[in-house]
Amino acid sequence: MTDAHLSDEPRSIPGLLARNVRRHGDRPAYREKELGIWQSWTWAEVADEIEALALGLLALGLEKGDHVAIAGRNRPRFYWTMVATQMAGCVPVPVYQDSVAEEMAYVLDHCGARMAVVEDQEQVDKTIEIKDRLPNLRDVIYLDPRGLRKYTHAHLKPFAEVQAAGRARRSEMIAELERRRDAAGPDDTCVMLYTSGTTGRPKGVVLSNRNIIETSRASAEFDRLTEHESVLAYLPMAWVGDFIFSLGQAMWCGFCVNCPESTTTMHENLNEIGPTYFFAPPRYFEERITTITIRMEDASALKRRIYDRAMAHARKVGPSILDGKPVSGRDRWLYRLFDVLIYAPIRNRSGMSNVRVAYTAGEAIGPEIFDFWRSLGINLKQLYGQTEASVFITQQPDHEVRADTVGVPSPGVELRIAETGEVFYRSPGVFVEYYKNPASTADTKDADGWVATGDAGFIEEGTGHLRIIDRAKDVGKLASGALFAPKYVENKLKFYPAILEAVVHGADRDYCTAFINIDLSAVGNWAERKNIAYSSYQELAGHQDVLDTIQSHVEEVNRSIAGDEMLSGCQVRRFLVLHKELDADDGELTRTRKVRRKIINEKYDDLVNALYDGSKTVTTETEVTYEDGRKGSIKATLEIRDAAVVPVEAKRMEAAE
Amino acid sequence: MNAMSGNTTTADGRKIGGVLMEMRNITLRFGGVEAIKDISFDILEGEVRAIIGPNGAGKSSMLNVISGFYNPQVGEVWFRGEKRPPMKPYEVARLGIARTFQNIALFDGMSVLDNIMTGRLTHMTTGMLAQAIWKGKAEREEVANREIVEKIIDFLEIQHIRKVPVGRLPYGLKKRVELARALAAEPKLLLLDEPMAGMNVEEKEDMSRYILDTNDEFGTTIALIEHDMGVVMDLSDRVVVMDYGKKIGDGTPDEVRNNQEVIDAYLGVAHD
Repeated sequence: MTDAHLSDEPRSIPGLLARNVRRHGDRPAYREKELGIWQSWTWAEVADEIEALALGLLALGLEKGDHVAIAGRNRPRFYWTMVATQMAGCVPVPVYQDSVAEEMAYVLDHCGARMAVVEDQEQVDKTIEIKDRLPNLRDVIYLDPRGLRKYTHAHLKPFAEVQAAGRARRSEMIAELERRRDAAGPDDTCVMLYTSGTTGRPKGVVLSNRNIIETSRASAEFDRLTEHESVLAYLPMAWVGDFIFSLGQAMWCGFCVNCPESTTTMHENLNEIGPTYFFAPPRYFEERITTITIRMEDASALKRRIYDRAMAHARKVGPSILDGKPVSGRDRWLYRLFDVLIYAPIRNRSGMSNVRVAYTAGEAIGPEIFDFWRSLGINLKQLYGQTEASVFITQQPDHEVRADTVGVPSPGVELRIAETGEVFYRSPGVFVEYYKNPASTADTKDADGWVATGDAGFIEEGTGHLRIIDRAKDVGKLASGALFAPKYVENKLKFYPAILEAVVHGADRDYCTAFINIDLSAVGNWAERKNIAYSSYQELAGHQDVLDTIQSHVEEVNRSIAGDEMLSGCQVRRFLVLHKELDADDGELTRTRKVRRKIINEKYDDLVNALYDGSKTVTTETEVTYEDGRKGSIKATLEIRDAAVVPVEAKRMEAAE
Repeated sequence: MNAMSGNTTTADGRKIGGVLMEMRNITLRFGGVEAIKDISFDILEGEVRAIIGPNGAGKSSMLNVISGFYNPQVGEVWFRGEKRPPMKPYEVARLGIARTFQNIALFDGMSVLDNIMTGRLTHMTTGMLAQAIWKGKAEREEVANREIVEKIIDFLEIQHIRKVPVGRLPYGLKKRVELARALAAEPKLLLLDEPMAGMNVEEKEDMSRYILDTNDEFGTTIALIEHDMGVVMDLSDRVVVMDYGKKIGDGTPDEVRNNQEVIDAYLGVAHD
């Protein structure tokens, strides 16, 4: 959007706050559960609290342009701190509350934070530990005094005291505060967020008022968000998503942000609040299904039958009803009946009775998981975004929702796919720069404002939806020149409960092959039901019935990949089931359970060769590290299986090249 | 007896006051068995006092004497400068002494919240009828009591199980709920009977922190029995050591650690 649009709208978050007070000052703006009761603050009250805090910060000597670090879980006072900081002409820098002192030291040092507003003793202790190395850090303000009474450090101040000081000196400081607040322009920094950085040091992403306000406006219009929404703020405050959902959009629309009582009460609080707008990572939706399934398995046979019948019906017609497609009268009536009996109670138990728009993002979501929630009538959609874009790059419009795409470009976003398959975007939300890091800024963002996502993908013809296939650096070519996207295939394989981990090989080879790890709990359960005796992981992994099951999964995946023009070359021709679980202790996975391809390729290079030389079995010996640090070795003879592939026509292959 | 009597301040800034409770020449017999033999010691206001000893040393019996569950045949119990006559446990509770048990004694079918509310019983004055009608005074009283209970729930970080029946909780949390119930009575003196028995290292660390925080935040005097020596030495200001019903040591953790009699009692002595 253009400046013309911005000129008659507030140009900063404090500006939006003032607008919200004028529009609906007595509507609730924030809620937090304290001592078992939901406390709430109206927009007018919030404005008063924020002003008092901003004055208090000025009284402490906060200079225009200073950085203020914020570390704690989602609490109204932290959101107020961000706005108060902006009001004082300064930059809020939320920090991951669970980061260790070292990581916190890096961020605080890099941004030169002048103050830190933190939650409790745990965070205060961290700041004390690192304070000597941070000459700029002068004041630490804390919310929860518990355990801090004995602390005598002069730089420690309770939050309430800072506000009280601000109120006391209002008359002498208000003019300065108003001057700073009104000076904020669209190009001033709104917030600085550090990306967790899978490689190297975290980078400080600078987002301007224009970035945040334009993105919030466009995305709010996309989903028709109003001041009547309510959200539960439970995702880390240092994450860009929370900043947009709980501050940007909340301020733009003027809706209410609810903060849980503690990090452990999220489910209960979700249930009490019943938000209308909800975001969660795929894992969250998966876990909720597991909980429901386990509880249903404990239910009586009759209830289980009704549940199974209802869920089968939901899978059949639920998504169609949600998308407004024609459904027969009988099916519609049955759906309504089951809704009363099954679907509505599940939605209620999951705290999703009122959800109008729900998003998931971050990683691939299993189609069954995605469809489970949609079939219950919950408008769950996917979006694709990153910090550098102020979240939104693409999102799924209502009624155009599918598990395998991430949607169409968000309003105002342009997309470009490079030769290499990498996705580039340009939008009003594109970040200003990486703080104090012009080299990285130039690497990521070119002179025309195009930003590299680091992901490879393509735009589907016909629908215009973007499909992400893999990290760009992992995408390669087969010997035939066809696209090779290992993670895409691995994710498909991993959607089967029996498969815990998969490693697909194929770069510069003639065809793809795979290592499979079975999921011991899922397969063990299955073996128990089938009365299959086994004494170890290795024995179970080599069992013929298990291999048959895995083979059928692989072939199913092959069929689904074959339907995909660009990726049909990635079908898995041969596979084996590994004799041990891939383990972070052996260096095969990262601590966050990501596959380390290079190490696995080197370590199991005899197995990889066997996959490509046509042998039926392979004998190997592998060194393992036990949990107590001792080393041992496992000897095994593994069977290599051929999986059926769907022949792909030559002309299609060429088209893909 | 030692340098800590009278008003002092510990290294970490807590105030230790005068004598809160004094046991004078206590002897407790069960038939012919002498569980406690002529023991005297005191508990100062604001301190963490540990009672340790090998199995069967008489520690729990001692705690039961303090809590009024047993009345000793010989000896006097002095609390807040007055000699305490033989009392029923509920009368002792009204004096401001609360306790937790070695084997958890909670109401399994009741929620965590209700269990902790029972700790407020000694502070409730309205009658059954008023409670049943629940208007006016009874309602105000419940609201006030609930607020105190909620602060304790917040303090012990058990908000997420507020409404869960206690029977469904894991052991470590039950222990915490029991501590919460004892705290709800707002005791002057808190007696903890093996608060960390059966816990793993992490749970022990959590519990230690809650015990120290309780002492720190509310100024509650704490007497505890514990087997884990590391925990005892870290937590307590002073330690009483018992063996076969006799007191064999009394002093700061360092003094006790170097006491030859204590070392012998724990490690055994060679008979030659």
